[in-house]
Amino acid sequence: MVNTKVELCGITLDNPIIPASGTFGFGYEFAELYDINCLGTFSFKGTTKDARFGNPTPRIAECDRGMINAVGLQNPGVDAVISNELPKLKACFNKPVMANVSGFAVEDYVYTCEKLDKEEQVGWLEVNVSCPNVHGGGMAFGTSAEAAAEVTKAVKAVTTKPVIIKLSPNVTDIVSIAKACEEAGADGISMINTMLGMKIDLKTKKPVIANKMGGFSGPAIKPVAVRMIYQVYEAVNIPIVGMGGVSSAEDVIELMLAGATAVEVGAANLIDPFAARDIVNNLPAVMEKYSIENLSDIIGGAH
Amino acid sequence: MKQVFLKITENKKIAKDVWLMKLEGDVSAITASGQFVNIKLDGFYLRRPISVCDYDENTLTIIYKVVGEGTEVMANLECGTELDVLVGLGNGYNLSKSGDSPVLIGGGVGVPPMYNLCRKLIEEGKKVKVILGFNKEEEIFFEDEFKALGAEVYITTVDGSYGTKGFVTDVLKNLDYSYFFTCGPMPMFKAIEATAVTSGQYSFEERMGCGFGACMGCSCKTKYGNKRICKDGPVLEREEIIW
Repeated sequence: MVNTKVELCGITLDNPIIPASGTFGFGYEFAELYDINCLGTFSFKGTTKDARFGNPTPRIAECDRGMINAVGLQNPGVDAVISNELPKLKACFNKPVMANVSGFAVEDYVYTCEKLDKEEQVGWLEVNVSCPNVHGGGMAFGTSAEAAAEVTKAVKAVTTKPVIIKLSPNVTDIVSIAKACEEAGADGISMINTMLGMKIDLKTKKPVIANKMGGFSGPAIKPVAVRMIYQVYEAVNIPIVGMGGVSSAEDVIELMLAGATAVEVGAANLIDPFAARDIVNNLPAVMEKYSIENLSDIIGGAH
Repeated sequence: MKQVFLKITENKKIAKDVWLMKLEGDVSAITASGQFVNIKLDGFYLRRPISVCDYDENTLTIIYKVVGEGTEVMANLECGTELDVLVGLGNGYNLSKSGDSPVLIGGGVGVPPMYNLCRKLIEEGKKVKVILGFNKEEEIFFEDEFKALGAEVYITTVDGSYGTKGFVTDVLKNLDYSYFFTCGPMPMFKAIEATAVTSGQYSFEERMGCGFGACMGCSCKTKYGNKRICKDGPVLEREEIIW
C-alpha cells in the first residue's frame, strides 16, 4: 500500500494532484462528471478585483502537442466569486481550495487577496504574477524580481493563509525572481505559467488569436517546466507547486523528482475532462512500478 | 455530457468537400437537436467540435466539411475505427417556441443540425419549411432527405446553378412562418437578422478549447450577460444576441 499524501504549506493533501486555474472553473462543471473530492485540491478560476470579460475571440489556437490561449482572465470579480461561485464550489468540494488571484496594480492584489483570505474554504492563495494575456499588469509583476517581491510583501501583510506566488517562464532568470518572492515572505512558489506563444494561419496570413499572442501550454512545454523547477528547487527552501504539460501519473512523478511538492494539471483537463481523476487513480500503480512507497520521499529526488 | 467510444459504420463523401459519418455506440447523453460532439483524433491536441445531424439510441450521424488537417484525417478514417467522443455538448434548440409553421434555415455546413430538428418538429405535427443555402450546385446535400421527412424544401445557390439564385433571405422574405431556427455563417446570420419578421434561434460557431464550459475560450457577450458558446450555447435566442 503506497502513500500518496504530501504536505503543502502545513495542509496535508490526500495526493499531490491539483487541477490548474483556468482549466477547472470553480469545480462544479467537473463535479457533474465525477466526485472531485478525489483530488488533492484544485486552483479555481483566476479572480480579479473587478469583473472582466477578457479578450476578444478567437482566444484559442491548436499547436503540436499543445494549445495557445488568450482568454484574458475572464471572471465575475471577487465579490461575485464569493457570493455566487464559492457556495456552489462548497456544495461539491469539501477540502481546502486554492484561490487564484490576479491584478493590475499592487492594490488590486491586496484587495482581492484580503477578501478571499477570509473565506473559510480557501486553504492557499495562489497569486498569479504571470498572466501573459492581459495588458498593463499580470505578467509585468512576474518578470521583475522587485515587482514580484512587492506584490508578495503587500499580500502577505493583509493575509493569514499560505501565499503561493505563481511565476512566469517568460523571463531570463526565474531563480532570482523565486528567491525575491521567498525573501519577501512567500510560503510557496507555483510554476510554470504558460509560455508566450503565437500561431499564424497560412490561409488568412494573420495570427489565429485575436489578441495575436497567447499562453502556450500542453505536453510540449513539460521539459521547460522540469528544468525550471529543478533550478528553483536548488535555490529556495519553500515548497514548489509544479506544472507545465502534465498529463499522466508519470509526469507527476517527474515534476516531483525535479522538486515539486504538489503538481497542477492544466491543459489536459480541457482535452479529457477526466484527466485529473485518472491521474489520481493511476498514481498508486505507477508509484509501485517505480518502487516508490512514500510519494513525499521523492520530492527533489533528482538532485 | 458523456465520454464514449463510438465505432464508425459509414464515412462517405456526399458533396464537394462534404462527408457524412455514421457512428455506433452509447449516445444516450445527446438530448436535443442542435447539440454537438467533440471528437479526439490521433495526432491532434484539441478535439474537433462537430454538430449532430441526427441521432437515436445508439447511432449518431455527423456531416463535416474538409477544411483543414483534422477534418482531412477524419475523411480518411475507415469503418470499424473507434473514436473517443464527448457527446451531449451544448444546449441545443428549444422546440417549444416553434409555433405551427416554423422555418429552418441552414447555410453550408450549418445544414446538418437542421435535419434532426426538422424530423422532431414534423413528428410533433408542425408544418415545416426548410431553406438550404449553398454557393453552387456541387455543394448541395440532403435536399431529398429533408423532402423525405415531409418538409417544404427551398434551395438557394449564390451562383444560380440550382434552385433560387441568391441567398437564403431571398426565399425567406417571401415566406410565411411562425418562428425560425438557423445555423450557418455569420454573413448569413446578419442577413437573416435584417429580414426575419418573427422571433427565432441562432446556433453559433466559435473556436473552442474544451467544448464543455471549463476554459472560457469561446465566450460572447449577450443582453443577459456573458455566455460560453459551448456550454450556454451554441444556440442563442434572437432577443439576447448583441450583433
